[in-house]
Amino acid sequence: MTTRTPRRLDLSALFTWLTGAALALDLLLIVGLLVLVAVRGAGALWPHPVWSLGLADGTRVLGEIHSREPIPDAETGRLGDAGRIRVRIGNRDVSGLDFRWIDETQVTSRETPRDAVLVERLEWGPFFGFPAEIRTRAGVVASGPDSVWTAFGPLHDAKVALRERLRDVERGAIGDVNHEIERVRLAERRLEREAPPEPARSERAAALAARRAELEARYETHLAELRALREELADGELVLTTADGAQHAIPLGQIVRASQPNALGLGGKLSLYADRIAEFVGGQPREANTEGGIFPALFGTVMMVFLMSLFVVPFGVVAAIYLREYAREGFVTRAIRIAVNNLAGVPSIVFGVFGLGFFVYGVGGSIDRLFFADALPTPTFGTGGILWASLTLSLLTVPVVIVATEEGLAAVPQAVRQGSRALGATHFETLRRVVIPAAAPGMLTGLILAMARAAGEVAPLMIVGMVKLAPTLPIDHHPPFVHLERKFMHLGFHIYDVGFQSPNVEAAAPLVFATTALLIAIVVSLNLTAIVLRNRLRRQLAGRGV
Amino acid sequence: MTAPALPLIEKPAMRVIDLKLWYGSSLALDSISLDLPERRITAFIGPSGCGKSTLLRCLNRMNDLVDGVRTEGSVLFGGRSIFDPEVDVNALRKRIGMVFQKSNPFPKTVYENVAYGPRIHGVRAKGELDGIVERGLRAAALWDEVKDRLHESALQLSGGQQQRLCIARALAVEPEVLLLDEPCSALDPVATAKIEELLLELREHYTIAIVTHNMQQAARVSDYTAFLYLGRLIEFGETRELFVKPREQQTQDYITGRFG
Repeated sequence: MTTRTPRRLDLSALFTWLTGAALALDLLLIVGLLVLVAVRGAGALWPHPVWSLGLADGTRVLGEIHSREPIPDAETGRLGDAGRIRVRIGNRDVSGLDFRWIDETQVTSRETPRDAVLVERLEWGPFFGFPAEIRTRAGVVASGPDSVWTAFGPLHDAKVALRERLRDVERGAIGDVNHEIERVRLAERRLEREAPPEPARSERAAALAARRAELEARYETHLAELRALREELADGELVLTTADGAQHAIPLGQIVRASQPNALGLGGKLSLYADRIAEFVGGQPREANTEGGIFPALFGTVMMVFLMSLFVVPFGVVAAIYLREYAREGFVTRAIRIAVNNLAGVPSIVFGVFGLGFFVYGVGGSIDRLFFADALPTPTFGTGGILWASLTLSLLTVPVVIVATEEGLAAVPQAVRQGSRALGATHFETLRRVVIPAAAPGMLTGLILAMARAAGEVAPLMIVGMVKLAPTLPIDHHPPFVHLERKFMHLGFHIYDVGFQSPNVEAAAPLVFATTALLIAIVVSLNLTAIVLRNRLRRQLAGRGV
Repeated sequence: MTAPALPLIEKPAMRVIDLKLWYGSSLALDSISLDLPERRITAFIGPSGCGKSTLLRCLNRMNDLVDGVRTEGSVLFGGRSIFDPEVDVNALRKRIGMVFQKSNPFPKTVYENVAYGPRIHGVRAKGELDGIVERGLRAAALWDEVKDRLHESALQLSGGQQQRLCIARALAVEPEVLLLDEPCSALDPVATAKIEELLLELREHYTIAIVTHNMQQAARVSDYTAFLYLGRLIEFGETRELFVKPREQQTQDYITGRFG
């Protein structure tokens, strides 16, 4: 016999499902985002096949097929089998466009010719064509697809080496001379300002004039060297036949790399891919940032995060120690704690404006007047720079460090503190030797949160020193080696700039994904480092593997 | 009220004289007077909340760390009141060590736990510290168990070992008096027996005051016993006498288990 109990609606099971579903949705969104970024980012630089398409109107098109979308039927409006493909045809200087949409019905033939060449250029983007000949001033060096391709390799290597030498002269030797000349200029201004009595004045002026003349002579020599190198670089051109049969000459010195993607095996593709990744991560940007590398942005992001950590940790930790260990619990302490927590919610641009007004104009302006008066009216510290950007971000992130440190301090048992006091240790000794070491994992948690927030922050940086293109890195070989006043590039802004502000958004889209993937990778690896460190500390405190 | 008659005892190391203590406005200790005889073990017994731990914590001024505590009367140590404003409380705590109810080793190595006190008080030389650590651990009968694990975390030790480590840590600063606040309440009988044995050895060199809930323990280890009830000292005397023929009815009731 069964007894019937009145059935109640079992909400607990429903609730479990609901919470589980919410979590699953979150995970799906996050994983989806990461996969999208990783796949498109990693795929951005992978060599695509080069298609030669014969069209119904008798013309031919050469390029990479990037995407396909179905076309709705004209009558029913439903999506059918018909579609159009987006072809990257490159040759911007000839065709004016990078991409072209083509109806699939128009395509009469498709093939991937083995000798199709993709030339990546310093300017004007990629070029697709078939090798025709190589010319130099001396005359035609090679003609016909195969001999051109064999001759191209060594010639190209020579040009790459030449470009490197050219850059060494420009950035290295000439940069050094310019740096020296700027110092002479500042010395001259100082002399004018100080106006020492004669004969000291004339002596110093003469010394400076001599130095300037010497430097200018050096500059001229380098300039002559530069001209010769440019001349040499300009010699020689690769002539390609485009899909419609026209011939187009590309100066050899303009070629970043040329490849025949259709002829490459897996090994060749991998090596081309690796070469492109190396250029992307380690190279300088070109063409309004839409091509080339992102090294300055990478460097700027990492350096800014490190500087920020350097400022925020001591500051936040000390503030938290005061709040938790010294301040008397009461209305004021509670109010301060609430204010600190709310500070984390202030829109970041507000911090940016504060940073501009306080750090850049206030502090920076004063530093300029006191120490860099010679350079005025050109500001040195009185303009946005990596130092001010890091300080602004450390203001932005100091609340999370304070909160996390306070939690870490609160978690140290009262019994342990009393044990220390009972041995005759003062409050300070107890803090320094027992409480703070035990709270260190909490401090690292704060640092992790701060770094994650800082690396992704863009808005405030736009007004305190981040730029679209920085001519120099904040670290170089000129004393004092670290130039905290310099402007810097940042991956977050780079993504915005390339993805939405560049003249050629379509062509740059893959790079946006690649840059995003890299930014995420940096944030993750910075955090992982801190997390590993924190876990090691925790293990030590918990007594495993001291 | 009249203070209970003091028994004739040996030379006192500490004298508590008419000590009153308030937590805020509530009186927690009411006119306590007793002597802690030198190199003897004095047990404080009484039901929960009777003030025995509070009394113990007065002796090294740990109550200073509690907000809203006010004391009157005096505790003489070395001929001087420890409440004297000129007394350096940290130096005082070095001379009067304390072990807590729950073992509270620092999250550091065994070695660092014992070396902590000496370091705080200015011992820097490695050789000297090594000697102090070994002597402290030997005195706490822990050396043989941990001599191969000196540089492992103290939190790896068992509960009883941790408590003995806390005793070693207290002994390492060479105190004259050792205060123990229910040191065995969280330990099993074997660990408790070890600590009791240790206390009897330590009696050779230190004046010891121990708060305990366990009357058998008080009877086993202590030379003198103070029975507190509701903040007042009901009876204080030689342990054997107090347990065999208590003078007060309340003491009688408590030790025979009629209340408490």
